[in-house]
Amino acid sequence: NPFAGLVSHLRASWLSGKTRPMEYRMAQLEALGRFLDDKKQEILEATAADLGKPPFETELSEILLCKNELHETLNNLSRWMKDEQVDRTLAMQLDSAFIRKDPYGVVLIIAPWNYPIHLFLVPLIGAIAAGNCVVVKPSEVSKKTESLMAEALPSYLDKDCFAVVTGGVQETTRLLENKFDYVFFTGSPPVGRIVMTAAAKHLTPVTLELGGKNPCYMSDACDVTNVARRVAWGRFFNAGQTCIAPDYLLCTLEMQEKLLPALRKAVEDFYGPNPKESPDLGRMVGDKQFQRVRRLLLGSGRVAIGGQTDEAERYIAPTVLADVQPSDPIMQEEIFGPVLPIVVVANMDEAIDFINSRERPLAIYAFSSDNKVVNQVLERTSSGGFCGNDTLMHVMLTSLPFGGIGNSGLGMYHGKFSFDTFSHRRGCLKRGMGREPLNALRYPPYSQQKLGVVHAASKVTRKGSCTLL
Amino acid sequence: MESMQQVVGRARAAFNSGRSRPLEFRIQQLKALERMVNEKEKEILAALKADLHKDGPNAYSHEIMGLLGELALAMEKLQSWAAPQHVKKNLLTMRDEAYIRYEPLGVVLIIGAWNYPFILVMQPLVGAIAAGNAVVVKPSEVSENTARLVAELLPQYLDKELYPVVTGGVPETTELLTQRFDHILYTGNTAVGKIVMAAAAKHLTPVTLELGGKSPCYIDKDCDLAVACRRITWGKYMNCGQTCIAPDYILCDPSIQSKVVENIKATLQEFYGEDVKSSPDYERIVNKRHFKRVKSLLEGQKIALGGETDEASCFIAPTILTDVSPESKVMEEEIFGPVLPIVTVKSVEEAIEFINHREKPLALYVFSNNKQLIKRVISETSSGGVTGNDVIMHFFLSTLPFGGVGHSGMGAYHGRHSFETFSHRRACLIKDLKMESTNKMRYPPGSQKKV
Repeated sequence: NPFAGLVSHLRASWLSGKTRPMEYRMAQLEALGRFLDDKKQEILEATAADLGKPPFETELSEILLCKNELHETLNNLSRWMKDEQVDRTLAMQLDSAFIRKDPYGVVLIIAPWNYPIHLFLVPLIGAIAAGNCVVVKPSEVSKKTESLMAEALPSYLDKDCFAVVTGGVQETTRLLENKFDYVFFTGSPPVGRIVMTAAAKHLTPVTLELGGKNPCYMSDACDVTNVARRVAWGRFFNAGQTCIAPDYLLCTLEMQEKLLPALRKAVEDFYGPNPKESPDLGRMVGDKQFQRVRRLLLGSGRVAIGGQTDEAERYIAPTVLADVQPSDPIMQEEIFGPVLPIVVVANMDEAIDFINSRERPLAIYAFSSDNKVVNQVLERTSSGGFCGNDTLMHVMLTSLPFGGIGNSGLGMYHGKFSFDTFSHRRGCLKRGMGREPLNALRYPPYSQQKLGVVHAASKVTRKGSCTLL
Repeated sequence: MESMQQVVGRARAAFNSGRSRPLEFRIQQLKALERMVNEKEKEILAALKADLHKDGPNAYSHEIMGLLGELALAMEKLQSWAAPQHVKKNLLTMRDEAYIRYEPLGVVLIIGAWNYPFILVMQPLVGAIAAGNAVVVKPSEVSENTARLVAELLPQYLDKELYPVVTGGVPETTELLTQRFDHILYTGNTAVGKIVMAAAAKHLTPVTLELGGKSPCYIDKDCDLAVACRRITWGKYMNCGQTCIAPDYILCDPSIQSKVVENIKATLQEFYGEDVKSSPDYERIVNKRHFKRVKSLLEGQKIALGGETDEASCFIAPTILTDVSPESKVMEEEIFGPVLPIVTVKSVEEAIEFINHREKPLALYVFSNNKQLIKRVISETSSGGVTGNDVIMHFFLSTLPFGGVGHSGMGAYHGRHSFETFSHRRACLIKDLKMESTNKMRYPPGSQKKV
């Protein structure tokens, strides 16, 4: 077990209690902030090398959003850490009842390659804030960022309590053989299953942030120009390699015809007449991913916008496919690339049925100037999260939980939800030694009479109380 | 005989019809459940008596009264629990609607245990119904009378398709676990907990595992020993020790060990009289297998009190073992019987270290007049839950989440926590289609200025 030494070292640090005081956690978090400032250039370069990520995107999604989470956490940590007092029954009025937020211990975070800084740091912020020791495993697919995190980050954090581990599938498998007190995984559903199965051997609780095909319904009643821009932005951001990107569109034939020119214009406004030359469009992370998306693009519907690819650069043009059939290859898996298929439906009901006949996605989007339509789609479907009349934006609000359901994941995080995810909420009741005669009601010998008293008493206090024992 | 696939398939079709979602429907089902508990009280108590030798008032207070409280609470609070929660917005989303919706998960599975066979399926069921789900209920086959009764009664009072009861043992449960559920709540032991989670992993099904462990009970020298021992006696020997949050073993200074024994002895007399075996309030071990298991834990131990057994009736007297070695068999696994080992420790530090070197327990108990000491024991250990200066009682406060950590489990329920466990918290952001100008900032072409 190549990682046994590391894990037991971290466990010893955990048992020493080092990570528990608030001051310690704040200091580690502040160091993360310094990392983001000091290494900004390196971050820009690494993500550009790995994903062709435009500096604007990196600054927004990999730096600014992390800083927001950091500040939110630093501002609120002392409040989040406090014991939560809870309502008591009449019989417990003189007792102290509260929920403690205990750290779990040694936790493991497995990060993916598409937002290699954000999806590494945001869970880490929560884990540190909650008082844990942490092992983080960045993705080997985003090589330059992996090196950056493995080499630069450890010097900002307490090496006794936080470690970065690198490697591929083999190393991750060996890592998962160890016992962790929590595992946080971001990645694909098949690997999510493997992670949860490994965690089950140790009864380790997990959060799995997975993916799926996020549908985007467009009603006939909508401002096509705005809709096209919001959808194009969400689809082509990070060259489509976003777990909450709108994966495919559902709309009527009429809407498709109106949408295509609007999308064409949006693409041109964003990336110019030759997107390949735009500094604002990313690239596929690797050859494997490039080939997979190109195969989907070529085998489905008809190319209405874009369609060009360049293997040497791993470039895929912002592409829209029209007249896509539900049975087409591109409708069988999460696309994770800058290709937007349009599937024509007759009406909203058909769109809802279509969505509900498939696995529950991480996000559902609905566009309509008629609020009733947006609400119908919301109420009659199920997904991790939902955004009406825009894409991606719901995950930028730290007060909203971010997570999936069914195949798209379990658990959630962001903001306080991160802190809660990495904390064990421990119910505590502290009683006094007095009032023993009251307790006599619960002791044997049992009798109808005793029960009668208790029953009568509990009837009186039925409002909001559980039992009176 | 219907297959598991058919039963679960029907529940899913029933859920997909949408009828379990309206609040009125959920409350109607909860009301029916309440009626069932009240109308069939006699039958329920009879089943508990047959399964666990549990007598009327005892069974009522442990398995029925709490359930009625949960039902009343859920019906009263459902509207507020299920209401969308509006969240704090930032500048960018000022004009938008941002809230969390509580939605049902779908079809959930509840697997009960045999020690409190009625409430351990019914209490989760209340939460699952309140959250709008379809529920497959699988009571423990070990408590066969209660299982049979639950299978008979539920269809008489509740929607048959939405809330089916499945009975059977290991083979049936194994088959059930191959089906896809949207949440599984399992109450039972650690070994089977791993099997349940592994089965759930195949479908990426979230789980709540209410397991067990050895719940330690530290008695400080500075405490009212008489009171402490009365409370401990109650919690340890109720249900013949077959309680997941029973104080499993005692840690105390050697100087008070014999006093602890004396006090418990006196309390036992008070509770059960001279002849425990003939007390109607003292239960029995659930079956021969567990009887043999618990009895074998006595081998080689110093029995300070009790020790009498009678296989024919699965009777084991309230027993205390003293000067127990931490390496002995009785200190290896959860006892789940009326045997109380005392392990002596010289200090609270030693007690804390002892506790921390073992798996995290479901409950932790500490008795002391010294508030600082209690605080210290709690903050330097980890457990599912805690009661200070008493035992068991944190279970009865539904505002506290009830669940384990580490080997004692994951997730929690009771009261509102049940509702949340069986709900999906869906983040919703509803924006305006207009107001496009603010969006311009985020679109390419990107520029430093925009950032």
